Amino acid sequence: MNALVEVVGVAKSFKRGTEVIQVLDKLDLTVEQGEFLALMGPSGSGKSTLLNLIGGLDRPTEGRVTVGGQRIDALSDRKLAGWRSRHVGFVFQFYNLMPVLTAARNVELPLLLAPLSKKERSKQVATALDIVGLSHRLHHYPRQLSGGEQQRVGIARAIATDPTLVLADEPTGDLDRESGDEVLGILHTLSSDLGKTILMVTHDPLAAERADRTLHLDKGKLIEREEAA
Amino acid sequence: MKYLHLVWSNLRRKKTRTVLTILSILVAFLLFGYLVTIDQAMAMGVSLVGEDRLVVRHKVSLIQLLPASYEARMEEIEGVDDATHATWFGGIYQDPKNFFQQSPVKPDEYLAMYPEFLLSEEERNGWLNTRTGAVVGRTLADKFGWKVGDKVPIRATIWRQKDGSATWTFDIVGIYDGEDPGTDTTQFLFRYDYFDEARAGAYGQVGWYILRIVDPERAAAVAEAIDAEFANSPAETRTETELAFLQGFAKQIGNVGKILLAVLSAVFFTILLVAGNTMAQAVRERTEEIGVLKAMGYSNRQVLGLVLGESFLMAVVGGGLGLGLAWLLITAGGDPTGGALPIFYLPKENLVTGALLMLALGFVTGIVPALQAMRLSVSDALRRG
Repeated sequence: MNALVEVVGVAKSFKRGTEVIQVLDKLDLTVEQGEFLALMGPSGSGKSTLLNLIGGLDRPTEGRVTVGGQRIDALSDRKLAGWRSRHVGFVFQFYNLMPVLTAARNVELPLLLAPLSKKERSKQVATALDIVGLSHRLHHYPRQLSGGEQQRVGIARAIATDPTLVLADEPTGDLDRESGDEVLGILHTLSSDLGKTILMVTHDPLAAERADRTLHLDKGKLIEREEAA
Repeated sequence: MKYLHLVWSNLRRKKTRTVLTILSILVAFLLFGYLVTIDQAMAMGVSLVGEDRLVVRHKVSLIQLLPASYEARMEEIEGVDDATHATWFGGIYQDPKNFFQQSPVKPDEYLAMYPEFLLSEEERNGWLNTRTGAVVGRTLADKFGWKVGDKVPIRATIWRQKDGSATWTFDIVGIYDGEDPGTDTTQFLFRYDYFDEARAGAYGQVGWYILRIVDPERAAAVAEAIDAEFANSPAETRTETELAFLQGFAKQIGNVGKILLAVLSAVFFTILLVAGNTMAQAVRERTEEIGVLKAMGYSNRQVLGLVLGESFLMAVVGGGLGLGLAWLLITAGGDPTGGALPIFYLPKENLVTGALLMLALGFVTGIVPALQAMRLSVSDALRRG
């Protein structure tokens, strides 16, 4: 397999007043193309920070982040935004759908950035919602959907542009077990059937079990590596 | 255009707040429409007066009269093409509230001086053949329901008749229309020869002269030559362009333009705060969503554009409705004073000014929250949400 994500010697620190908080400490990580990787660890261990660095939402204090052969930590803000629009899909814990837009319009949001006609966008929206099993909810607003359905719309939005990498930050954190299982099933299918590379941050060991591999972070260091069942 | 739906949807997020803000912008622009119309009416359409006309009045004040004999001397001055005169009659029709200008004039000369007063040939001849004849503007005729053939009694406050009577009765022989909406159609004009013979005194005296000059570029030089001609005489003159004359006349009741500007400034300042607050709140509430958009790949400039788009849309919808409503009400409803204003219409150039104001309002109210949204870091925005 080819490495899609390469994190080398990455450190990240934040300043709070005069205090410097070291969140990630010279961390190395490689994620293979098509891999479903779970990141676990206690609160404040740096999971979300690592996800943000890999997704190009933030820059490391030290080290380098390469995704698909592209050194993203060296890109300008504008180029990084363009890169994100083409290569990354984000799934958030609280879905983060626009309440004023229907499911279809929410999924269309990242597609507005691509040079696509309205017809092409509609087609891709329909495909993405079909993948998550919500073709019948196209014109429903988030408030008319259950939590599980909203998260599935969130996943559809993340894959609408057909990105190589999907980053999910506690995607089941706000869901009941049944809905969470559905969401994990979709993420697993995206990886196994569609070849998407998925990085999932989770607190839930049962969720992590669905991944190909689980890594544990503690105090900014990767301390454990285990293969999923 | 593909982002329009997103921009519009964001405005629909808090419907009541958006509707109230749009309504307040609407009211501001409705007021703008009315105030600029009134301002123009009070200035008597000074922007529309003939550039080639000068007005000559007594140097001391407009109340002081000038000899009618000056007309021939003025016409001799180089650069003067034609001259005629008018006089302030200051009469009352039925009630002092029914204010309108009445002036004795020389029919042929006056109509030639003001080609924008459109009168049929038949009515013109009727006027020339009727010593007590008067022609009135369409607005005035409509206001009082006058028609050709009516007898109209005017009670004089300045000019009594030789027999001591204060009531002058005129025969309406014509109703003139304006060439364009800026033409004053509220005047009541009657014959000077009848007036001069019938009045109790001040024979051969007139209120002011109106001159047409050959070259408007030389207006100042001609004005100077006229005033020099009558210098050191018992009735010295003051000559100015018709524009300056009408402006001075309007200023007699106060600097209306300044008052209206002050009112408009206060209104727009308030609207700026209202709409600005709406936009600031709207963006503050959506910090997380802005973070999500940026995570998806929306650039800082695109986020700036989206927020500015909202403020522009709000200003254009509210302002457009307000200005449109003002135009409709002014065009269809006409003068709310029932004809007391000489002209009453919303000129196109003020519609353009209104449109520019809308864009300015959209920009000023949106730029600060848009810059804040633009500068927001993605991770911070997602964390704060």
